[in-house]
Amino acid sequence: MSDVVPLDDGAEPIETMTLPLDQWHRERGGRMVEFAGYWMPVQYEGIVAEHLWTRESAGLFDVSHMGQLYLTGEGVEPAIEAVLPIDLATLKSYAPRYSLLLDENGGILDDLMVTRWNTGFYLVVNGATKWDDIAHLRESLPDEVTLTHLEDSALLALQGPKAVDALARIAVGDVAVTDLTFMKGGTFKIAGIDAWISRSGYTGEDGFEISIPAENAVQIADLICQQPEVKPIGLGARDSLRLEAGLPLYGHDLSPETTPVSADLTFAINKRRKTEGGFPGAERILGELANGAATRRVGLALEGRQAAREGAEVYFGDQKVGVLTSGGFSPSLNHPIAMAYVDAAQAAPGTALEIDVRGKRLPARVVSMPFVPHRYHR
Amino acid sequence: MPRYFTKDHEWIDVDGDVGTVGITDYAQGQLGDITYVDLPAAGQWVKQGDAASVVDSVKAASDVYAPVGGEVTEANAALEGEPELVNTQAESGGWLYRIKLSDPTDLDGLMDEAAYKAYVADL
Repeated sequence: MSDVVPLDDGAEPIETMTLPLDQWHRERGGRMVEFAGYWMPVQYEGIVAEHLWTRESAGLFDVSHMGQLYLTGEGVEPAIEAVLPIDLATLKSYAPRYSLLLDENGGILDDLMVTRWNTGFYLVVNGATKWDDIAHLRESLPDEVTLTHLEDSALLALQGPKAVDALARIAVGDVAVTDLTFMKGGTFKIAGIDAWISRSGYTGEDGFEISIPAENAVQIADLICQQPEVKPIGLGARDSLRLEAGLPLYGHDLSPETTPVSADLTFAINKRRKTEGGFPGAERILGELANGAATRRVGLALEGRQAAREGAEVYFGDQKVGVLTSGGFSPSLNHPIAMAYVDAAQAAPGTALEIDVRGKRLPARVVSMPFVPHRYHR
Repeated sequence: MPRYFTKDHEWIDVDGDVGTVGITDYAQGQLGDITYVDLPAAGQWVKQGDAASVVDSVKAASDVYAPVGGEVTEANAALEGEPELVNTQAESGGWLYRIKLSDPTDLDGLMDEAAYKAYVADL
């Protein structure tokens, strides 16, 4: 037998790199795969068990492959607004906001988080795209703005309804982690070590993202996993959790061929920028905001148990109307789900469609996302 | 009843001219949680090496190649409701289908259990 649709990332560098917790994952039985140029754990005890554990307790994800960047210098604010459709006037300190790096045609180069720190901006970008992002930003930003790649920092995500209980026991700060609400952050100490913590994540659950010095990553990952609520979770469950949460994954559901409007991410174009424009691709995107995009990212719920995967074609009768960008079995719902881009005419919830899987037509229905309700702490 | 193995991690038990086909315990461990099995219908003719069945796990869809050619006589109906049997009983209750061999010499290129164990140990 053979894998025909492997779960991995397109980008493969010449030599696979290791992350600060590489040995830590291996010691815990993590099955390591290449992802975004790094060796990363795809699973420990099994994807379904890890998925369900995160939904009912708390899971620790190593996301140190992601790019942590810091931008500072004179004119940094207009420089950021020139490359992102963000309104920094409304961005309060220590409150991460989702944004999109766009090309001149309005295509999505990456999705990212932007946080205002005291003297600059902290960005978290995707692992597979970070080198391109850095090159793109260095080219776009004026000389007065300094971009620092925080390569000596590790990044962990602690996700799940009991994440707050585990973290509150070990993180000390001017405010308590229990006082943070969704998309708020602050500086804390864990075992005496400085940590930037925000109440955010990519599973649809309450949880936190924790940036720490790479040299302390093993110590802090150990301490977090010593909390009875917490188990380490691999990339496999990270993918199934974010899919259930309706959250797009760059390189799959987002690409330069998609725009914020077709991707249903218009909330990332901040209000002032929707009228003023002035960001890459604004002309096309403002046009799409007014008139709609030709295709639309939608959620699909499949009948039966057979899953459809990325690349499968979507049909409305005999007419091909779209293609899957993500798909798999939902452990929480116990049926297959998918994301697809379909023609705008077939994007309304309730529309009955079919997905071609190896010549077999699987019935599916457009549903609103998230598939599993978000449980953020607002 | 002799059991044969393929390099692609299928097993086949042969009783007279009828074989019972499944995937090995090693294979199910690599695939992880199995959520669906696409089985051939009784009466379907397959050639040796055909992707006669597909096993879906949370991770991926994987072809299961026919270890021998012949006519499918029965699919394991229990897998429809309980595909996880392929995880829990890969080499017994989680069998996939039965096949009437059209050419017993198809078995000549397959491994016996000792050879398969040695093969997996080297992976």
